[in-house]
Amino acid sequence: MPIIEDVRQIIASHGKLPVDVATLADDADLYAAGLSSFASVQLMLALEERFDIEFPETMLNRKTFSSIGAISSAVAELAPDEQVA
Amino acid sequence: MDMQSSLLDRLLDAGLLIDTGIDGLYGRSGAFEDVIARFEKLIDAHAPADARPEVIRFPPGMNRKHFEGSGYMKSFPQLAGTVHSFCGCELDHMNLLQCIAEGGDWTEGQKATDVVLTPAACYPLYPVVAKRGPLPAGGGLFDLQSYCFRHEPSKDPARMQLFRMREFVRMGTPDQVMEFREDWMERGQKLISAVGLDVELDTANDPFFGRAGKMMGNSQREQKLKFELLIPVTSSANKTACLSFNYHQDHFGTTWGLTTADGATAHTACVGFGLERITLALFARHGLETADWPADVRKALWG
Repeated sequence: MPIIEDVRQIIASHGKLPVDVATLADDADLYAAGLSSFASVQLMLALEERFDIEFPETMLNRKTFSSIGAISSAVAELAPDEQVA
Repeated sequence: MDMQSSLLDRLLDAGLLIDTGIDGLYGRSGAFEDVIARFEKLIDAHAPADARPEVIRFPPGMNRKHFEGSGYMKSFPQLAGTVHSFCGCELDHMNLLQCIAEGGDWTEGQKATDVVLTPAACYPLYPVVAKRGPLPAGGGLFDLQSYCFRHEPSKDPARMQLFRMREFVRMGTPDQVMEFREDWMERGQKLISAVGLDVELDTANDPFFGRAGKMMGNSQREQKLKFELLIPVTSSANKTACLSFNYHQDHFGTTWGLTTADGATAHTACVGFGLERITLALFARHGLETADWPADVRKALWG
């Protein structure tokens, strides 16, 4: 499965968003859509487990998790063997 | 000898702090307590005259259910202190005494009570206020002070395990609580300048636990949710946070169902004064004899 589809699924199950993830564009601001700090941490941990990666400290910020596209790019950088799209 | 232990040693030698054998757990002398009491009066004098906060003093323990609900364990599990007690029968008691006599781990059988040590003065407040129903039209303003516990033993006298925190907490609309925080950032700097201490305002983050905590901390900084007033205590290079100004957004409002008069989720903010840290900064800067402090500082504190 392409990374971005996996990311969408993980956001749906761990993002605790008040809106349906399917309605969000790849570049939509997840914080504006209701992503809380706690939920973004849970999202980070779920992504690490799914893709068997570890986000370096430099990536542990709001920007990395700001949109479905941003998250997918970060994952693609850390898991080069995954299918990007 | 490093700077930190030297200030601690000087405070202990002067009898201002009294050693208990545990790092971060000290008795305080009459002179030390007098400075704390005077500084608290100065806080009152610098507060807005028309604010009229509701004064509440909680003991340094809080309802365990409220502690669990606050989410403190998500963020700071390493700092929390829980209260455990012996709940056994007479035979258990005999075994307990034998275990102590043999130098064993007698605490293994202790059971958690319904009390947790208060980690920050405002933690017991939110559920209590939420239980009253929606806030009044102008929101809420509270004046708190409590001993707080954080499990972080250290030789740094500015990092005590049990210390007092004075707080003002504002609850209401985002505009109301942000205005409160801005106002206190100015008042706090004037207050500290009035007692002859150098101040520096900076963005900060709480010591959230682990890698997830790193992300929480970065996020807190990026959103400028926490500011600290840094003052030299043990070193002028590594200053100590003595006041903090925190915007919790709707975190406590959502957690406790705290609402404004028109039914919206309340936002909250607080300003916290580390009373021991400020007092230590005063002794470090002006000397260990309060009688020898500069005249303007003495006048500000003692009138």
